[in-house]
Amino acid sequence: MEAHIRIQNVGKVFASGRRQVVALQDIDLAIPRGQFTCLLGPSGCGKSTLLNAVAGFSAPSSGGITVDGAPVTAPGPERGMVFQEYALFPWMTVEKNIAFGLEIKGLAKSRIAGTVEKLLHMLSLLEFRARYPKDLSGGMRQRVAIARVLALDAPIMLMDEPFGALDALTRRNLQDELLRIWMETRKTILFVTHSIEEALYLADRIVVMTYRPGTVKRDLTVDLPRLRDPAAPAFNDLKRELGQLVMEEQQRHHNDERRMAAVD
Amino acid sequence: MEKRNWRERGLGMVVPLLAILIWQWVASAGLVNPQVLPAPLAVGRKWVEYLLPLQRFEEQVGASWWSWAFSGELVVDTLTSLYRVVVGFGIGAALALPLGLAMGASPRVYAWMNPLVQILRPIPPIAYIPLAILWFGLGNPPAVFLIALGAFFPVLMNTIAGVRQVDGIYLRAARSLGAGRGTMFLRVILPAAVPYILSGVRIGIGTAFIVVIVSEMIAVNNGLGFRILEAREYFWSDKIIAGMITIGMLGLAIDIGMNRLNNYLLRWHRGLEH
Repeated sequence: MEAHIRIQNVGKVFASGRRQVVALQDIDLAIPRGQFTCLLGPSGCGKSTLLNAVAGFSAPSSGGITVDGAPVTAPGPERGMVFQEYALFPWMTVEKNIAFGLEIKGLAKSRIAGTVEKLLHMLSLLEFRARYPKDLSGGMRQRVAIARVLALDAPIMLMDEPFGALDALTRRNLQDELLRIWMETRKTILFVTHSIEEALYLADRIVVMTYRPGTVKRDLTVDLPRLRDPAAPAFNDLKRELGQLVMEEQQRHHNDERRMAAVD
Repeated sequence: MEKRNWRERGLGMVVPLLAILIWQWVASAGLVNPQVLPAPLAVGRKWVEYLLPLQRFEEQVGASWWSWAFSGELVVDTLTSLYRVVVGFGIGAALALPLGLAMGASPRVYAWMNPLVQILRPIPPIAYIPLAILWFGLGNPPAVFLIALGAFFPVLMNTIAGVRQVDGIYLRAARSLGAGRGTMFLRVILPAAVPYILSGVRIGIGTAFIVVIVSEMIAVNNGLGFRILEAREYFWSDKIIAGMITIGMLGLAIDIGMNRLNNYLLRWHRGLEH
């Protein structure tokens, strides 16, 4: 299958004071259209850096990223981004937030209203349409952020730990919602998380990353049927295996932090 | 809720009433010379006298009832002072806002303009009085100039800060939704800066209000500031205090109005839920 997103030999180096931090090194991934991919790893493994590079917020230091064969140079509405911090515009109501991208596109008012209506319905936000973000719970805010991205009907959704700040029940609820939407729309989703269970529950494919330099430690296809049961033996076998891999990296992270503290 | 509100208001009245009672007692016991501190009742009487038209309606030829009702010295003074504040503040804010937006949004404009701003900003508007009279003579123009100056810097500094503090995540979100420069500025940066701009506006109006009183003591011959200075020349201390009370009430009214406007414009903002 032809790759929708192609990440080729991507490296990223940050200058942190006098030190240079290699955040990403030789990342090579081909993500087919319609695949739900999770980038999994402890904090500092560069998974968000990689996502930001695909989003076009920061260019890689080496290598390149293409979407449908065209190089990524800037953010664009064909790659919708959902942030952990929601990033809703607090001065806009729920409706206005969802409509914003469409208004930028310059669509006719009636078409915008129709799309907004559909999305309010799809994400169970109808009662909240005239509210401001400050009046919404975290889960509701993230629904609005997802609707805002869906409004543009981008073929790619980039999600940076979108459910990281939510409580367990809301989280599962939104995961199911996201799966439902993904099955309906078959978008290509690149989803960053540090939760092994979340990755296993959602993804077709899990890319485990190493801690500094960020490289691909394991590229794993998950072919458990959906909806997955987190209590099933097969689920738990994979969870144990992934847990081992992530913990090794977490340990390296921890040791590194201790070393840094000792230097200071 | 409503009941508690009234109770709070009632409690709030206790101390002011007590202060007035003590003041009245000090005055009527003859403890102080009434020319130094007139009794509150005398001040109240003077205030009403100052508020009412000078002539009776029948004595005035060819004037409508409406203009007669507004011909009282206090009403005219209040309106003239208010007029100067509005015009002066309007000019000051109208100049400060675009400059502040430009300085906040563009590092180059900031680098060009900031040194001059930093040199001029600490000079109190009052220090411009001699120059204002030299440049604009007497009357409204120097007063308006001084008020505009007083309003200019608070609005400018807060606008700059407002634009600069806009959270980067809003910019990233807007860019990924396809926002160009114009949309970014008008629909993201500007609204995100509004809380700062409004607090600058509030400080600016406060400064404008101080400056109007001072400038009226120097450059013009009407307005509340002029009136209390004039009253001093005649030892009308009751009129001085009546004028001061009017200034206080006007300031309070402006502040309440600003607060309402704030709450409306920032209804989306956290922590303003009343």
